[in-house]
Amino acid sequence: MPRRFSSNSSNDTSTNPPSFSPSGKGGISIKTPTVKSNRLSQLFSSSPKSKVESVQSSGNSQPNASSPPISSASLSLPTISLSTATADNPNMDELPQTLFQPPTPEEARRLSKQHAQFGPIGHPSHRYSSRHPGGVFPEPVMDEPPYYYLLTTYISYLILIAFGHVRDFFGKRFREENYRHLKPRHGYAALNSDFDNFYVRRLKLRINDCFERPVTGVPGRTITLIDRATDDHNQHFYLTGTTTDTLNLSSYNYLGFAQSEGPCADQAEDSIKKYGITAPSTRAESGTQDLHIEVEDLVARFVGKEASMIFSMGFGTNATIFPALVSKGCLLISDELNHASIRFGARLSGASISMFKHNDMSDLELRLREAISQGQPRTHRPWKKILVVVEGLYSMEGSMCNLPGLVQLKRRYKFNLFVDEAHSVGAIGPKGRGVCDYFSIDTSEVDVLMGTLTKSFGANGGYIAADKVMIDQLRATNPGVFYGESPAPAILMQISSALRIISGELVPGQGEERLQRLAFNSRYLRLGLKRLGFIVYGHDDSPIVPVLLFNPAKMPAFSHEMLRRKISVVVVGYPATPLVSSRARFCVSAAHTKEDLDRVLAACDEIGNVLQLKFSTGIAGGALPPTEQPSPPPELEKEYQHKPSEHITPPRWRIEDVIRRGVQDVKTPLF
Amino acid sequence: MDLQETQRLLSVYLHELADLFHRVPGSAIFLRYVKSSYQDDPIRSAVELFLFLFAVRYLLAPKYSTKPGVVPLTEDEIDDLVDEWTPEPLVGKPTDLEEMEVDKRTVIVGPVGPKSKLANGRTVMNLGSFNFYNFNTNESLKEQAIQTLRTYGVGPCGPRGFYGSQDVHMKTEDDVSAFLGTTACIIYSQAFSTISSVIPAFSKRGDIIVADKGVSFAIRKGIQISRSIVRWYEHNDMEDLERVLAKVTKEQARKPLTRRFIITEGLFETYGDMADLPKIVELRLKYKFRLILDETWSFGVLGRTGRGITEHQNVDAAEVDMIVGSLAGPLVAGGGFCAGSEEIVHHQRISAAAYTFSAALPALLSTTASATIKILQDSPETVSQLREHTKAMRAQLDPRSDWVYCTNAPENPIQILAIKPEVVVAKRLTPTDQQFLLQDVVDEVCPVKLLSNVRPLTICQCLANGVLITRLKTLEDNFEPKQVLFPALKVCVTTGLTKKEIEKAGTIIRHAITKVMSKRK
Repeated sequence: MPRRFSSNSSNDTSTNPPSFSPSGKGGISIKTPTVKSNRLSQLFSSSPKSKVESVQSSGNSQPNASSPPISSASLSLPTISLSTATADNPNMDELPQTLFQPPTPEEARRLSKQHAQFGPIGHPSHRYSSRHPGGVFPEPVMDEPPYYYLLTTYISYLILIAFGHVRDFFGKRFREENYRHLKPRHGYAALNSDFDNFYVRRLKLRINDCFERPVTGVPGRTITLIDRATDDHNQHFYLTGTTTDTLNLSSYNYLGFAQSEGPCADQAEDSIKKYGITAPSTRAESGTQDLHIEVEDLVARFVGKEASMIFSMGFGTNATIFPALVSKGCLLISDELNHASIRFGARLSGASISMFKHNDMSDLELRLREAISQGQPRTHRPWKKILVVVEGLYSMEGSMCNLPGLVQLKRRYKFNLFVDEAHSVGAIGPKGRGVCDYFSIDTSEVDVLMGTLTKSFGANGGYIAADKVMIDQLRATNPGVFYGESPAPAILMQISSALRIISGELVPGQGEERLQRLAFNSRYLRLGLKRLGFIVYGHDDSPIVPVLLFNPAKMPAFSHEMLRRKISVVVVGYPATPLVSSRARFCVSAAHTKEDLDRVLAACDEIGNVLQLKFSTGIAGGALPPTEQPSPPPELEKEYQHKPSEHITPPRWRIEDVIRRGVQDVKTPLF
Repeated sequence: MDLQETQRLLSVYLHELADLFHRVPGSAIFLRYVKSSYQDDPIRSAVELFLFLFAVRYLLAPKYSTKPGVVPLTEDEIDDLVDEWTPEPLVGKPTDLEEMEVDKRTVIVGPVGPKSKLANGRTVMNLGSFNFYNFNTNESLKEQAIQTLRTYGVGPCGPRGFYGSQDVHMKTEDDVSAFLGTTACIIYSQAFSTISSVIPAFSKRGDIIVADKGVSFAIRKGIQISRSIVRWYEHNDMEDLERVLAKVTKEQARKPLTRRFIITEGLFETYGDMADLPKIVELRLKYKFRLILDETWSFGVLGRTGRGITEHQNVDAAEVDMIVGSLAGPLVAGGGFCAGSEEIVHHQRISAAAYTFSAALPALLSTTASATIKILQDSPETVSQLREHTKAMRAQLDPRSDWVYCTNAPENPIQILAIKPEVVVAKRLTPTDQQFLLQDVVDEVCPVKLLSNVRPLTICQCLANGVLITRLKTLEDNFEPKQVLFPALKVCVTTGLTKKEIEKAGTIIRHAITKVMSKRK
């Protein structure tokens, strides 16, 4: 039986050529994983050079990466390490055992596989420790493009919509079969309403090839895309049977724990051997193992709370926690950009929901004053509880919550604070403990800390951390405990080993390196993009770097151009963002090396010129003209920061200067 | 003199003003227009002047809220109110039942197998996990999982839409749909979140849902968030279903056609009984409703090869619009799925919240699901053996006990034991009493952690027996109409134990029930 693969669209199965698959029908047999892994190991093993080539293929676009990172690492640190060269340690101190001798082919293969997942650090200076310096937390400066781009963006959408309607008009008359699923059939109403489906049908379909790209292997420093093609304008895709190794700036792999070897994977393997594959039950019934309790304690200690509980899905964690915390007669005030899972959970809770402007503390205060003074609508009874829900780091904006401001308001207005650290835990703060760590705020100021284990720790699932009394009570009232499946041992072990590496219990030094490299990489890429002239949103220390594209057609163009340069990025547009501000999002990882980021910068530079993406005015930073001040002392940089208005020249640095100056300037305030 | 001075100044200003006015381009035309249009009509001028003044006043007026019932307060008053307001604590005081829930949590040390070690050091027969086929300790499955781990790492580090769609996910989707006989399938990363996300993806405000009164918590949440119009029919009552369908059809006859759904479960989570699928399909075709079938508890269990209720009752899976199931229970993987037509699956890839906004399923769980499905498909004897064991267990419990009865279908490996109604009446047991009693039974057959303050007597008496069973854990929710919580015991059969052991376990459970129940006055 021919198998159908990921047709990304449509109801019409007969026109879809059931193509695909190098592993073909073997996929059905029980041997599949071996088949797969053969194919994969083939990928990794038989072509170590192609991997290096792919890393190197930037050569044309990137002047100073003449040597592959592997050898550059081993050359720059000529020390003999006799003890640590094991699979346990996928790091920079992972050197060939003997100096001045080329590694054996086997060793080279192993190293290239390892480095494809986690790149070795290029130079000891490529580290930084991020922490809020104190004082008022500044709002990120939102730069705006010239009106020309805003206007053309609106016009683009108008044209797209007009075209869509024209095509619909003729399509409905001459190609009726394509529209049948939008009309009532045989007495059943259409599953999709014509109107709701318009955006998907006429706008998203055009750029469908930028989404749901199939991948294989480890989503580490590089990611292997499975190539696909389409014969019917993105309605269906078929796999061409080839793969492409790309530099991965798309996965949430902040600390680079997505690895198939090293201490985490070893421990995960041991846990499968010892515990089996899952604990097939819910947490409340009999799905609680000693491992769960251990990891819960570890998570609680890590985030700095008394107790915690973990779940098998991050979305599910938020979807189930709110009904256990608030109910009718309570008010939930949520940041307008909060994640869909928070909205899902909030709607289920039955509490009244109010929203405040993104990160705007004065708007929040206004709402709090109104809520407390007016009470519940109509009855004017006081609210039972007020829960303010924010995210630590916003995944589309790259901005952090203003925790100092929130804590100040909390003292005055006595509300409860819920911080969703889905993206910030592990990724932010000098010790990777999330926003509280970054702002040096005691975790007792936040009532409930929620987070996911997917993003920084390379595992899956979510956690809730709070006081012990609260967690004990939630164990008896949270539906996630009662009905959600229990997390699998391998996943728990991945979490536990990742947490212990970060805190230094396991492989001392490695956790710190990961944290500091992530902080360095985030700032480096952000500064570079600002200096090249891109509009970048978010705070300086955030590992999420959104680059604004505006015109809708630039989304696929940017994605394709990046893919041609073997870099995978995420592009997002309406409805995930406001209509005008379509963007590309880079997710920086500790697994990236400076050379990788230089490659990204060089690619962005080229693409930015072609697509006219360099429209920053300089108010958001990067504006220092390189000719006037070849190397300004830090004091001068501060001055620039204080008086930005005098120096607004749109920054359009040459890529060479950006790379040359990047490392030293990253460690000063990024202006 | 003052007056003259003022007059002079005034005329100077007026002149300057007129000068300024004349200098404005187009002022001459405006003036001419005003002059010509007002020369014969002073009333019109007056009205227009009034309108102009009114507009100015309106624009300058202070803003006020249009919300009804807002009490205007001064800043000081608001400050006082803020000082005065004391919120309730975020979580309240636990009830006795909730306290027991936490205290008596079962903790398994080491692997979950047919015999598991508990935190108190005792090894017991595990009839509490959904490890029906004992796949969890299967060495070749473990080996495969490790192999996947070594190729893909643990987490996929991203949602499906953004580079989280791994080839293993696509394979599992194909495997499930091939197994069930549907054209397409979509997998989610948690079984519990699947149905709550599938329902609102299709059923919106104004659409109509007809659902069984006994559906699971997850379905209720899905219905709640969809904000559709809901009509409930009595649990598993086909006549009532027909009545409701006819009524809805009649009510809606003159209104524009909206999407209509019937939602039910294959094997019910709460009662363990089975839906009458052929009848439901017949009715759905007659009244033109779409059918959402939750096979969370029947997928991998019912039918000759575990394909679920469609195989068991000989219904073509294509007759069911959406089959939702779990890969987490007997298949020992994780995540859930929804199988159906291409159109249905494709729609979810864009609009199902738990799919688009969540990280993908870990690769090793995905390959495990594929592998276990393959085992079920290839060796139907696995399923028939489970059925034998189930029969043996049921024989020990249902007809023989004076105190409890099984509410589940005979094919269901999960035995749901509820206290007989006559016992409840005779002993005047409230639902909470029943929960405590049943927990005593659970402790009797398998003592949990020794806790000094909790009924030490019961625990000491029964150290000799060792079977792990659980209470049916249910939770009240805020969705009307409220479901009455159903106090029951849950006994899961596994083929990892021999038939003899199963029978022995059944006897132990029956005796424990008798002991606990007869002690209660």
